[in-house]
Amino acid sequence: MSNYYLNRRKFLQGSAVLGAGLVAPTIFTRAASAYTNEPGSGSVVLGFNVPQSGPYADEGADELRAYKLAVKHLNGEGDGGMLKTFSSQVLKGTGILGRKVEYVTGDTQTKSDAARASARAMIEKDGAIMITGGSSSGVAVAVQSLCQDAGVIFMAGLTHSNDTTGKDRKANGFRHFFNAYMSAAALAPVLSEHYGNDRKAYHLTADYTWGWTQEQSMMAATEELGWETVNTVRTPLSATDFSSYIAPVTNSGADVLILNHYGGNMVNSLTNAVQFGLREKMVNGKQFEIVVPLYSRLMARGAGDSVKGIFGSTNWHWSLQDEGSKAFVESFGKEYGQPPSQAAHTCYVQTLLYADAAERAGSFNPCAIVEALEGYEFDGLGNGKTLYRAEDHQCFKDVLVVRGKENPSSEFDLLEVVNVTSADKVTYEPDHPMFAGGSLGKCNPGA
Amino acid sequence: MLKTPHTSDRTLMIVFTILVLAGPLILAPVGAGYPDLMQRFVIYGIFAIGFNILFGLTGYLSFGHAAFLGVGSYSAIWMLKLLSVNIVPAIIFSVVVSGLFALLIGYISLRRSGIYFSILTLAFAQMSYNLAYSVLTPITNGETGLQLELDDPRILDGASESGQVASPSLFGFEMSDTAVVPFLGMDLQFNVGFYVSALILIGMFYLSLRIFRSPFGMMLRAIKSNQTRLNYTGFNSRPYALTAFVISGMYAGLAGALLVCMDPLAGAERMQWTASGEVVLMTIMGGAGTLIGPVLGAGIIKYFENIFSRINESVVEGWFSALPEGVTDVLVAVVSPFLGSGWHISLGLIFMLVVIFLPGGLVEGAGRLMNLVVRLWQSRKTGASQSDTGPADGVTPAEEVSHRSVNTRES
Repeated sequence: MSNYYLNRRKFLQGSAVLGAGLVAPTIFTRAASAYTNEPGSGSVVLGFNVPQSGPYADEGADELRAYKLAVKHLNGEGDGGMLKTFSSQVLKGTGILGRKVEYVTGDTQTKSDAARASARAMIEKDGAIMITGGSSSGVAVAVQSLCQDAGVIFMAGLTHSNDTTGKDRKANGFRHFFNAYMSAAALAPVLSEHYGNDRKAYHLTADYTWGWTQEQSMMAATEELGWETVNTVRTPLSATDFSSYIAPVTNSGADVLILNHYGGNMVNSLTNAVQFGLREKMVNGKQFEIVVPLYSRLMARGAGDSVKGIFGSTNWHWSLQDEGSKAFVESFGKEYGQPPSQAAHTCYVQTLLYADAAERAGSFNPCAIVEALEGYEFDGLGNGKTLYRAEDHQCFKDVLVVRGKENPSSEFDLLEVVNVTSADKVTYEPDHPMFAGGSLGKCNPGA
Repeated sequence: MLKTPHTSDRTLMIVFTILVLAGPLILAPVGAGYPDLMQRFVIYGIFAIGFNILFGLTGYLSFGHAAFLGVGSYSAIWMLKLLSVNIVPAIIFSVVVSGLFALLIGYISLRRSGIYFSILTLAFAQMSYNLAYSVLTPITNGETGLQLELDDPRILDGASESGQVASPSLFGFEMSDTAVVPFLGMDLQFNVGFYVSALILIGMFYLSLRIFRSPFGMMLRAIKSNQTRLNYTGFNSRPYALTAFVISGMYAGLAGALLVCMDPLAGAERMQWTASGEVVLMTIMGGAGTLIGPVLGAGIIKYFENIFSRINESVVEGWFSALPEGVTDVLVAVVSPFLGSGWHISLGLIFMLVVIFLPGGLVEGAGRLMNLVVRLWQSRKTGASQSDTGPADGVTPAEEVSHRSVNTRES
């Protein structure tokens, strides 16, 4: 480098570049705060991420109603709903920790990608401290792991797959809703009583995490009764016409059809099955039967007359007569002129449980909230005595077995509760084979 | 470094670089200055630039580019799971895999042109989507999507802290790290992932610029203008078209890899035909065959998808709350169908307007606006010296003439 001169200009240029290089790494460190999206003293933002389009849009709309109602009650508006009946009486209708509760909403489109984009926008743009919602387990699993990485709490809404608190469980994620294993465990005795122990079952299954675990759980439970599984067929979540899947059932020799479908899927597949005359058929000398392991009133309404006499399980039903359920149904009905669905119930309860945990912990720090919720026992929220198990962040409570009513008295009175299966009958070990393979990891406060 | 033949290209390159790097500053006032959306702008910009190399230059309209995006995503996440959370191997691997995949699909599809080519690519993409959704579930995890797990092998850096899934990083800089800088009452979010993607976008933009100006680019344009004539002159045009197809497939793979690096989840819906259609919209909206158009189109569509879709009724009510109640109700009723979940309607309307009035896309619109400004300015200068009719009158007829000429050409 014989022709290299270090003049003043070059020196200045060089040192500017060097300086920028040295500063660059220090720019990319987060602003100092104890945890992600630490709220100010005035208000706290919750993110309600529900499907507003796609096969679960009905459930999503009802979830959103419940969330809005929960925010009202937390802020001291309305009649207070289940705040009065909740066994923990720390929530006084003054917001959470003295801060007014605000919320943002997003559309998951029942797609993992869109749901994560929406959740990230809530966390990064709107400063949400907690994300809740989801009417699909695929979405719930995807958003739960996003929340774990971002360092916010995820209060799962309607998600029924074993994996949510099984192999995909996360320390920052909590589920109040029951799961596929519990459905199967609650249904099996009722099915045995009504349909006997010598049956041949044919499964149609929504092709994603919930369907897979639902099918696995139902197969295990029914085979224990002595049933035989003839065939299992996976159907795409986006399918709207199931006739091509129903037709082979009639020739398979099966005498029970188990529809591991939910939402719009179930409405369509059940309607198709009834149109094919399956329920009038006699196979192997027995009446052909249809079972829908996971039921909801919204689906029952969508399927109309087809649901009459069909068994399924549900997390909660508005006709329950305990104080909590009555208070919730009354306040929901006053607000929206219709009784809440099970999706609405679980979302409402999850919001209250989060607020209560923050209040008891005295902080919004995700780790403090995890500590407050783990192993927490509560009552008065519509499901009787309930435990948030520390090992997998799953709630354990009674499960309802329901049947489509033959003579509904109103457009909401579509299901009758056949049996309340007590919590201890549906409890399993945290390392049960259907739930093994996951680990909570450590709580992540972000920042 | 920039050895472009035209000085205007150099200016374009410099302006583009500055605009991209100043992203957080520019986007914060319009509510889009948060990392997730800025990353999407940049990544889909890369996707659209790549698509434009095929569609804009050769005129081959591929309706299956999302397949390469998906293949890139799956390859990248497998590298992150198996090898290391460093994004470099993931990006390289996914570009190579999507390039090979594009070679295979392109080799078959390019035997036909026009609508048959489009349908072939669409068929391949839907096939890949359905495979990823069902048969290939062990590799893709089906509809649930593939994510990083605690027990991933990660041969190169497996021994990381326990209890947390490591997030993708570039030699220690985590993609999700963000510096928040308060500025004029806004929070500017400077995000590592955004800047990594932005630098790649700038590099890819430069590459596409060089391709546009190269003899190879000229060849591709010749294919667009008349492939039969080109074949008759003795050139074998198919290898050129195939090369363009593979290059644009690799761009898509790169975009897919970056999506996964920014947000480690790969889902099958990324390969659906709607995603393929989206990139076509982006390119046409911005201006097919132009350099900057696809990036512009990508930005607009992602902005609509993420910002407009989040404006719900209560926000709209807030806008008009100052007005009397009756007026507010009417305005809310009129406006809200076009916002929130109705964002597709407004996007569709804008797309229609662009296609009808600006066949060259938004770039043509910007060009016309620029011309108008220049003429206004010039006529004002001359008008001042000649001191006669107002400057606006002097311009309007000329502008109208050019307008009419475009319309007649189109009809």
